[in-house]
Amino acid sequence: MAAAKNELTIPGSGRGLLDLYSNWFLLKLLVRKEIKVRYRGSVLGLLWSYVKPLMQFMIYFVALGIFLNLQAKTPNYAIYLFSGIVLVNFFTETLGNSTRSIVENRDLIRKIYLPRELFPVATVLVSAAHFLPQVVILLGAALLVGWTPSAVQLLAAIAAFIVVAILAMGLGLLFGAVNVYFRDSENIVDMILMVVTWASPVLYLWTMARDALGSWFFLYQANPMTVAVEIFHWAFWYPTLGTNQTAMVELPPNLLSLWLPVSLLVSLAVLFFGQYVFRRLAVHFAQEL
Amino acid sequence: MSVETVPDNIAITCRKLRKVFVLRNTRSMKESIVWLVKGRKGDLSKRFDALQDVSLDVAQGETVALLGLNGSGKSTLLKLISGVLQPDGGTVRTRGRVAGLIEVGAGFHHDLSGRDNVYLNGAILGMTEKQIDTMFDSIVEFSEIGEFIDTEVKFYSSGMYLKLAFSIAVHTDPEVFLIDEILAVGDEPFQRKCIKKIKELAAAGKTLFVVSHDLDLVSTVCERGVLLEHGKIIMDAEVHDVVRELRKRSDTA
Repeated sequence: MAAAKNELTIPGSGRGLLDLYSNWFLLKLLVRKEIKVRYRGSVLGLLWSYVKPLMQFMIYFVALGIFLNLQAKTPNYAIYLFSGIVLVNFFTETLGNSTRSIVENRDLIRKIYLPRELFPVATVLVSAAHFLPQVVILLGAALLVGWTPSAVQLLAAIAAFIVVAILAMGLGLLFGAVNVYFRDSENIVDMILMVVTWASPVLYLWTMARDALGSWFFLYQANPMTVAVEIFHWAFWYPTLGTNQTAMVELPPNLLSLWLPVSLLVSLAVLFFGQYVFRRLAVHFAQEL
Repeated sequence: MSVETVPDNIAITCRKLRKVFVLRNTRSMKESIVWLVKGRKGDLSKRFDALQDVSLDVAQGETVALLGLNGSGKSTLLKLISGVLQPDGGTVRTRGRVAGLIEVGAGFHHDLSGRDNVYLNGAILGMTEKQIDTMFDSIVEFSEIGEFIDTEVKFYSSGMYLKLAFSIAVHTDPEVFLIDEILAVGDEPFQRKCIKKIKELAAAGKTLFVVSHDLDLVSTVCERGVLLEHGKIIMDAEVHDVVRELRKRSDTA
């Protein structure tokens, strides 16, 4: 460090996401602040992180599972539904908050130089902190109905989570940066969030999309969210089925061998693009906010 | 860009620095698209030069007062040096860690306790966890906050708020301090304490770069004065001479 101290440096020149490593302590504090502040002044506090997804789950379960009778064709439909919902919630929370993160922290960004990537990345970590308790509920429910996963399934679920985190971070960087210039960005994101629940087999079965889309089905599968949700089904829902029930359901082909790597590549491409745009635009954040 | 050799004792160097502000009048995609479709008629934005051809070297341990009337580009120059803004032309280089006492309290969160805010703001200003741990008692003592350190900041009086924020800022211990209009913090005894602290920093060989309209104050703290007018340096000399020149100019204005 002694050598670096004597170097002349260009103020305000970040190295993008690599800067996060040297600012780990600050990132930790920002995440802790967000978690503390989120439910300030509310009686239920962090419980809201459970109540809201549970409510959402019940609405879908009653409307789709019972009224439209999807649970007849899908054994343990509740587990099927919930495992998709937690993942989609993680995605929507991350993307929604990271899109707003730059504009919301404008007071800081205008006055002090910090690697601006800190703010969107902090929202990813905050969402992950809210995601974990939901996964605990999911695991509890799955265990109740006789869940026996294999190690590969658990690893695949972790990989799927990482894919979603990368995708959400990439889109969050992109829309967070664009939002500084055009506040329309928030509305575009709101629309994406509306679509995303239905663009993956969260509420219905993937076979319905396959039958309807025909030869265009590969596009549906190229969506990393779709693959991640299917892997979550395979890891959390499929192992709860009895031998007579597994015959009823069909799993997407080539999930691990083809689609997981594809989804990872797509997400990484989104992340690189998001980071590229973010870096280009971040230079002028302070004067545009 | 030609690489100039800069002497080792230079803390801040600016070369032909230029900053243009584009004042955009539009905030939505619709307006921009309409403007594009109409063949880019009319101007969506106004431009104005905040800084033009500013070249300046500050040696380590120097105390420089940046003077000028409102809108002369002082804060813009400070923001370019701190890296908040990027120049549209020319270069800025700094040596060592630069920290701004710019608008203290920018990183405060009202719903966190004073203690949490010390850590958060300290980290924002570039301190490590260890540094804050060791400085913590000293920060609290200097701020005179005492037992209120565990109270949420929203219940603080504005004086307490500024005292704590200032206290964190002066404890960040960088090589170069950028100070923007914050010497007028708190009541008189605290102000005296702040000024004493800043003089201590100067005596300890820190580089100080001060923007203030309090001309008597800056002439006691700083040695060198730089006068800006309409984004240009028009005088760079001993601080008392520069203050005299500025007073003369504002009287005729």
